[in-house]
Amino acid sequence: MPSHEPTAAERFINGILPENPVYRQLLGMCPTLAVTAGMKPAMTMAAATAFVLIMANIIVSLIRGLLKPHLRILVFTLTIATFVTIADRVLAAYLWEMSKALGPYVPLIIVNCLIISRCEICSSKQGVGVAIADGVGMSLGFALALASIATVREVLGAGTWFGLPVLSETWWPTWGVMMLPPGAFLTLGLLLGLAEWIGQKKKQSSA
Amino acid sequence: MSDDSPQHGYLRQAWLVILLALFYGAALAGVQVTLGPRIAENKLNETYEQVPKIVPGAEQTRTVPRTVIGELDGREYSVYQAFSTGGDHVGWVVPASGQGFADRIDVLVGIDAPLETITGLYVLGQKETPGLGNLIEKNEEPDDFCNRFKQLQAEPTIEVFKDEPPPGSNGIRALSGATISSKGVANAVNDALANLKGPMGALPDEPPIEPGVTPSETQQREDD
Repeated sequence: MPSHEPTAAERFINGILPENPVYRQLLGMCPTLAVTAGMKPAMTMAAATAFVLIMANIIVSLIRGLLKPHLRILVFTLTIATFVTIADRVLAAYLWEMSKALGPYVPLIIVNCLIISRCEICSSKQGVGVAIADGVGMSLGFALALASIATVREVLGAGTWFGLPVLSETWWPTWGVMMLPPGAFLTLGLLLGLAEWIGQKKKQSSA
Repeated sequence: MSDDSPQHGYLRQAWLVILLALFYGAALAGVQVTLGPRIAENKLNETYEQVPKIVPGAEQTRTVPRTVIGELDGREYSVYQAFSTGGDHVGWVVPASGQGFADRIDVLVGIDAPLETITGLYVLGQKETPGLGNLIEKNEEPDDFCNRFKQLQAEPTIEVFKDEPPPGSNGIRALSGATISSKGVANAVNDALANLKGPMGALPDEPPIEPGVTPSETQQREDD
């Protein structure tokens, strides 16, 4: 047993900003780039990922004492795939249009490294309470990252936020490129740079 | 069997995986049983919405669902008979499925009333590679993939070419970098038409409903 495993509160806080999945760990880049042209798809993806992450964390934490080291990745993948399929079916049943808009990106949550990394780092080693706190914290961090990128892209690219007009068409020439893949890369790069710059500033001021 | 036998060793190692697989399988079956009808209803509503777009002159509310038995596989299929506002039989919508690169591709094929010429194609569901295979669902520009099927003949079978189809051929140009997805759609169309064209041709032409009847009411009447 290591001398100090993070507590539930530490896991929760770490997930949101200090170990933010997108800005600090560069995990989940596929959905980060692909579904952030608007807030609605971004938040749907964040919710689906949160469901899978929290449920996988709970199950893996509950069975952590039974895991064999060489079969653990198989168990993680099996668990994640099950909850991704459930999320996919629920979206197809209750949010049909959004399910079609997200297309293959919902099934692709299976290969989101964020989820399997939390199973490996936290839930296979710590109790259910800590695993839930970790899942919720990481999910909030992921949602925050998707929301920040989607906000920049949707506002600048379409002049709307959640589909509601926020910039007048009369004076804002919408930047169509922001809705396209180059807009996703540009926004992610600039926001990553900003996050790093803020991190460096904080380090310098605390030194 | 002794305790040292390989089979015993495998079970001792993998019992948790086997148990979880059984448990997860049962859970997924439960989810499918619960949500399946709702998902099918969503697909059905979308099918009705697409009828006027892939069968020119068709009126959504005058679409009649029909059940036919495939002449090749003997299975039951739903097809949709499209009528104009005036009650003229203007075409059919045939749901078709084929294997794509990643997963199953579901399409709706619009075809004229004599079952000779394809009038439109709509991709109902696909999970092909983003940026390559998923371009099969594009249908806005004349050269977009779905529109390449317009005016093709139901017979002979539709072929897929890497370049422009030769003059006189009954084929489409595949999407660059997505030949398997393109062939998946063409195969779905070919298989469905080969299987259902005969039984569909034997169905009556008269619209059995009055104008203004909603699709769900029509479906209910069919079920009754």
